[in-house]
Amino acid sequence: MTTSTRTVSGDAGTGSGPVVVTGLGVAAPNGLGVEEYWRAALAGRSGIAPITRFDPAGYSVRIAGQLDIEPKKHLPGRLLPQTDHMTRLALIAAEEALADAGADPKEMPAHAAGVVTAASGGGFEFGQRELEALWSKGGNHVSAYQSFAWFYPVNTGQVSIRHDMRGPGSALVAEQAGGLDAISKACRNVRAGTALMLAGGVDGSLCPWSLVCMTKSGRLSNATDPDRAYLPFDAAASGHVPGEGGALLVLEARAAARERGARILGEIAGYASTFDPRPGSGREPGLRRAVELALADARITAADVDVVFADAAGVPDLDRIEAATLAAVFGPRGVPVTAPKSLTGRLLGGGASLDVASALLGLRDGVIPPTAAAVHCAYADEIDLVTGAPREARLGTALIVARGYGGFNSALVVRR
Amino acid sequence: MPGISEQRPREPRRVVVTGVGVVAPGGIGTKQYWELLTSGTTATRTISLFDATPFRSRIAAECDFDPIAAGLSRREIRRWDRTTQFAVVAAREALADSGAVGEMDPHRTGVMLGTACGMTQSLDREYAVVSDQGATWLVDEEHAVPYLYDYFLPSSMATEIAWMAEAEGPVGVVSTGCTSGLDVVGHAVDLVRDGMADVMVAGASDAAISPITVACFDAIKATSPRNDEPESASRPFDRTRNGFVLGEGAAVFVLEEYEHARRRGAHVYAEVAGHASRCNAYSMTGLRSDGKEMADAIGAALGQARLNPHDIDYVNAHGSATKQNDRHETAAFKLSLGRHAYDVPVSSIKSMIGHSLGAICSLEVAACALAIEHSVIPPTANLNEPDPECDLDFVPLVARERELGAVLSVASGFGGFQSAIVLTSPGRKAA
Repeated sequence: MTTSTRTVSGDAGTGSGPVVVTGLGVAAPNGLGVEEYWRAALAGRSGIAPITRFDPAGYSVRIAGQLDIEPKKHLPGRLLPQTDHMTRLALIAAEEALADAGADPKEMPAHAAGVVTAASGGGFEFGQRELEALWSKGGNHVSAYQSFAWFYPVNTGQVSIRHDMRGPGSALVAEQAGGLDAISKACRNVRAGTALMLAGGVDGSLCPWSLVCMTKSGRLSNATDPDRAYLPFDAAASGHVPGEGGALLVLEARAAARERGARILGEIAGYASTFDPRPGSGREPGLRRAVELALADARITAADVDVVFADAAGVPDLDRIEAATLAAVFGPRGVPVTAPKSLTGRLLGGGASLDVASALLGLRDGVIPPTAAAVHCAYADEIDLVTGAPREARLGTALIVARGYGGFNSALVVRR
Repeated sequence: MPGISEQRPREPRRVVVTGVGVVAPGGIGTKQYWELLTSGTTATRTISLFDATPFRSRIAAECDFDPIAAGLSRREIRRWDRTTQFAVVAAREALADSGAVGEMDPHRTGVMLGTACGMTQSLDREYAVVSDQGATWLVDEEHAVPYLYDYFLPSSMATEIAWMAEAEGPVGVVSTGCTSGLDVVGHAVDLVRDGMADVMVAGASDAAISPITVACFDAIKATSPRNDEPESASRPFDRTRNGFVLGEGAAVFVLEEYEHARRRGAHVYAEVAGHASRCNAYSMTGLRSDGKEMADAIGAALGQARLNPHDIDYVNAHGSATKQNDRHETAAFKLSLGRHAYDVPVSSIKSMIGHSLGAICSLEVAACALAIEHSVIPPTANLNEPDPECDLDFVPLVARERELGAVLSVASGFGGFQSAIVLTSPGRKAA
């Protein structure tokens, strides 16, 4: 499964060779924009707080990683009536990622640039408004934009239009795991000959209706203290906090990126995805296989990995499985593990690509961003969890792990 | 250190269709589906799933779906949205048809499903409950059903099918609006070609005949208001066409690596020889009149299949029967297929089973596989007055017998997505 043997997949192109990241765009509850987010992540500054977008008093979940923006400051007015909050965040991140890469698809040949995003529930706040109009006032009050403002690939569509990206376009859904799946799919497009792909996920459309739906996952924390609401790997873990945002990555073939003199943040070196067997089947969960297959795909061994960005579910059973998996693959405390998402909440389709962005920034700066200071690792015999303060380290290779509600496991390897 | 991949042969892995399952308007199961399509009968009618009286377009192609008769338990019916129910029933048929059950290694088996609208019918219905018919923005958590997160995430149906198929390889959902059903097959094929799985259960499902969907399309006048003549309302390529007719349904395939299928002596419907997608980067709903992006997707799919335009024996059109789509598509065929566009038969089965959004492209791929299998081209129903701007051979009204070596199916959707897929006959010598 190396890149060099995969020449006829996804499209009719002939490109091959390693795929690298040349640009990042980030929208996170603790920082809008790559550097603002990164400063917050290293400082351990959290974006988790009581919900203010609506009155959460009547709900069992009242804490979130909310990301509020002044849309007019960032986007042309004509886009506002037709976009959900989630899509606005995606458009902001896309613009930053392309600028960061020094690439303008408008200047590129037609069909040379494409987009793959991860989604979860779509533009849900927009959708709630239209459902409200439908049920309270009638069908003829539903917006002409509803058909696409809510739908799952809306971010791909709007980003492709704004930046004239006429190459391959797609959207994947596997909850948190989808972010890594989207990056892998875009890598395939690059290997098949598309010059530039924008990939990842930006999600989050917090409204009463989405909150109630998410609550029914049974995995959200009912805590009211923002600092104690999402404590992955802690003995007091009681679920997670939903959040908004994510990251988009610019991907190119390494040879082409070098040729145009682009700055290279790292290589997407390996990937795998697996699925958990039906609960009660007695078969082993798929997480370990996802990790091992991703390492094999990158043609490395566990010893080559310098840091792991954990899925960090914050649900005791799931934390235990992940800690045991990492201990089995890397040896007890065999590799530093971190979960900067403890400062943002879990971002649905956006969380995994934000972890990839964090990993790449960590490789760049030789530093591991910490897990929230409030976390006291209950699995200290199994994993070396970096908490409270960043840890400086020479980092060459990072593994990112993501699990999606319903049984999805994905793992991705990046290296310098 | 030698990587696992270095032992892998450099010959690209080929992917074939070895099982087909269908839930469609006019019938459950491939047999009834094929009978409907080849007889040129239409399944479009007045909406019966809810009271559509207040809406502009009150017609749809509905499935006569009895979940109990289809083998679902009461518990499943209560928990699963109609979209999931369709997908499960179609997947069961596909798996049984393939004969692969018991011969699939769970670690090497995956599931990919497409959908445009996911569990919209349940979300629509439950919203009315928790909001007291839209009266309160702060919806009531206490009255919410426990399945809401499964309705929130369209990937929940992939979970159900993965459990059913005992698949522990790559699993997920591809959602690209009305091209979902084609893109999901392409994506699943890529995963097999890349060596990530040997068998993929892949297809698409949508059951979006609900008030919010009907209202959405009313708002942009995309659907046909020909409420007095529901049976003949979907008129692709006809001068009198005035929009698409909403549909619902599912089609699921067993896609298998060629050697894997050959070793177990599987029946092969067709090989998926090429696919590609493009964004038009133009509009979330509109199409450029030149058809350039669709043409480019067709060209890329043909290139991957190593075929020339004249190798294509049949084109399954998107043919949604909106004014702009049918013109756009005609232009795209001329641009990509050249003179052959005028010779090759092109038809739209949406004339019979309506436009089931994300599901339709998988239903169309199923029609292509069955067309190859039976050497019959399904017709375009309701095509009585050809539009002079759509001047190709659209196979009006009556099916045609013809040996099919290679067929092309295309799709166009909101978000600007344009996709193409090429299927070849197992009897055809691969390039």
